[in-house]
Amino acid sequence: MSSVLYDKPGPKAKLRNWIYTGVFAVLVALALWWILDRMAEKNQLEADKWTPFVTDSQVWTTFLLPGLVETLKAGLIAMVIALPLGAAFGIARLSDHAWVRVPVGALVEFFRAIPVLILMIFSSALYVMLGTVSSDLRPLYAVVTGLVLYNASVIAEIVRAGVLSLPRGQTDAAKAIGMRKGQTMMYVLVPQAVTAMLPALVSQLVVILKDTALGGAFLGFADLMSMNRQISANYSNTIATMVTIALIYIAVNFTLTTLASALEKRLRQSKRGTGAVLEGDVAEVDAGGASGVGKAP
Amino acid sequence: MFDFLTSGQYDVLGAFWVTVQLTLYSAVGSLIWGLMLAGMRVSPVPLMRTFGTTYVNVVRNTPLTLLVLGCSLGLDQTLGITLAGGDSKEIGFRLAILGLIAYTGTFVCEALRSGINTVPVGQAEAARALGLSFFQVLTLIVLPQAFRAVVGPLTNVLIALTKNTTVAATIGVAEAALLMKEMLENEADALFAVFGVFALGFVLLTLPTGLLLGWVAKRVAVKR
Amino acid sequence: MKISKVATTAAIAVALALTATACGGSAKDAASDAGASGGTAKDKIVVGIKYDQPGLGLKTPDGKYTGFDVDVATYVAKELGYQPDQIEFKQAVSAERENLIANGDVKLVVATYTINDKRKAKVDFAGPYFLAHQDLLVRADDTSITKAEDLNKKKLCSVAGSTSAQNVKTKLAPDADLREYPGYSECLTGLENKAVDALTTDGSILAGYAAQEKNKGKFKLAGLKLSDEPYGIGLKKGDKDLQTKVNAALKKMVEDGSWQKAMDANLGPADYKAEPAPQITEGS
Repeated sequence: MSSVLYDKPGPKAKLRNWIYTGVFAVLVALALWWILDRMAEKNQLEADKWTPFVTDSQVWTTFLLPGLVETLKAGLIAMVIALPLGAAFGIARLSDHAWVRVPVGALVEFFRAIPVLILMIFSSALYVMLGTVSSDLRPLYAVVTGLVLYNASVIAEIVRAGVLSLPRGQTDAAKAIGMRKGQTMMYVLVPQAVTAMLPALVSQLVVILKDTALGGAFLGFADLMSMNRQISANYSNTIATMVTIALIYIAVNFTLTTLASALEKRLRQSKRGTGAVLEGDVAEVDAGGASGVGKAP
Repeated sequence: MFDFLTSGQYDVLGAFWVTVQLTLYSAVGSLIWGLMLAGMRVSPVPLMRTFGTTYVNVVRNTPLTLLVLGCSLGLDQTLGITLAGGDSKEIGFRLAILGLIAYTGTFVCEALRSGINTVPVGQAEAARALGLSFFQVLTLIVLPQAFRAVVGPLTNVLIALTKNTTVAATIGVAEAALLMKEMLENEADALFAVFGVFALGFVLLTLPTGLLLGWVAKRVAVKR
Repeated sequence: MKISKVATTAAIAVALALTATACGGSAKDAASDAGASGGTAKDKIVVGIKYDQPGLGLKTPDGKYTGFDVDVATYVAKELGYQPDQIEFKQAVSAERENLIANGDVKLVVATYTINDKRKAKVDFAGPYFLAHQDLLVRADDTSITKAEDLNKKKLCSVAGSTSAQNVKTKLAPDADLREYPGYSECLTGLENKAVDALTTDGSILAGYAAQEKNKGKFKLAGLKLSDEPYGIGLKKGDKDLQTKVNAALKKMVEDGSWQKAMDANLGPADYKAEPAPQITEGS
């Protein structure tokens, strides 16, 4: 392992690194030991709090898997609705006409500025007021509405950045062969931007999936998060249940994040296309983080 | 329609003040924690790199709601970590900040790491040629330049953090989202007015931050 | 009274078949599909219960439902002419109970549903079938809390937005350090780990937790009567006919001893001294 930030370790540096490793390992081990010790003291490590997740498949079939299905359902529906909506907004923001560009821009900026939780609480209250949605579906509707309002505006920015990331030559060449503005957008820019945006969109799906948990916590949405209460009502094992639920979220989201990174790498290396790739961090406005593919320094 | 603002029954400004406090404390904490994580992820010690990578991958993929609830139930209610005691309100406030730092730190770390990537290799090589140690290379040469490149991404992280403070409502911290939920339960007919007030509050918090730091980002960016 | 797995499956099959044929319009297939279920297959009753309150209304890992509320619901449904396999249970979280009834999503709500005037403006009640009181759950070895005033120096936990939490804040112990969580099981974690000293809500709910196999011997009820919470069965506003029938069913349940049996089976292990069934006051 070499890096531009430090020299290849010589004998002294190697020894020093080993000492750092040792000290760090001891610190981590101490922290872990202290946590486990405290948990054992509070009887949180008792086998019957944890074994239901291993031995009783019914915990999975009755609670966890249906919850996961609801989570994925809300996430995917939100993505499917937000995608075309966001694409339309993004393209509208690039319009040459101020009367299209400005109002859409204001709308996008407005919904990007508001926390998704506030949007969800609002949608839920709105559906209660309208009274047209059956109470069965209302939590799902409210969660999806909140997510769509927010993520459509985020996706609008992804699309805009995606189109802007393409080299100018593409537009110029399209103009040179006599394409109209709409044609240039539809046949030249958007198809290329879609490939460039793909990693950012997958990252956004992770953000959406994480945000569905808000619905479980606040709106009575029967998602994975909300199963915590039903399971621990049976086994009195809140901590164990939370850990299990967290692991499921991490497994699903980590798979998606890895997929996003792989996509990005592939797109970067592919000879075809313009080579423009939108990294996760350009667009992942909610969390602002990179998708972690930066090459080692 | 807006009588709920003057009735004195709801402290909207107070709730937003809690939101601002949550944001500021968490921002400072996340910056420090993110810096440490980034340092670990590029350090010469393999174990630290592994720790940094694992931590980032685990925490970034966990819903913040679960993380904040975990801080409250796991740290406070189980392990007895209350961060200097006090009553439940203070403890809840501090644990929410801790959860926000744990989560936001990963995004700060990733932003910094991509910032480090923008610093030309020659800078670090020249520094090493002068005989600087890893820590010196990082803190004296690379990070100052990296920081200037990541003001933009960090602004996005800060805005996201401002909005994410609403999640503290999960453990009963009396910030904006919790008040809004309570108000909507009592004043259902003023739905749009209530939403308008809270939406405006967040627009007022995030928009100036974005504009100001956007201007700073342009000014400090290293022209290459 | 437990619903067998086969019966539950059959009930679900009926429900599914009904939904499927609702558009097609052929009820004959539904009946033959359902097979196992007796009687007229197309009749079913939807009842709203709690899914997360042991002893009262709980969804267990095998997909069944147990608790006092469930038993009451099953008995009432039987009196209304529905076999256990014709009952479809639906989750009724506290905030949604009025909406479920008003929208016609459920026929009855049997979910720790306190009768009060605010709710009576939106729905009608039958009953009450049970009189609960706000009480405290403390650790079994804790003797320091005997009356409401003792709470002022204690750490207390309740569910956000519940009437019990409001009671503590405004009347019982304004100086208590009250922590509010979204659910009771979160509070229970803190109580078990000594991060809070007492959990407050209706005694019946607390007894349900204390009676659980995993919690035996860990907690006890303080036995205070801090408020009166008469539980009723919620039904659509203005449905006098149903109200009369449910009231009659509840009366019969008390008279033939099924009420006491259900009480002993569900809340008995917690040493919960339930008062005898209250007089029915609604709808007269």
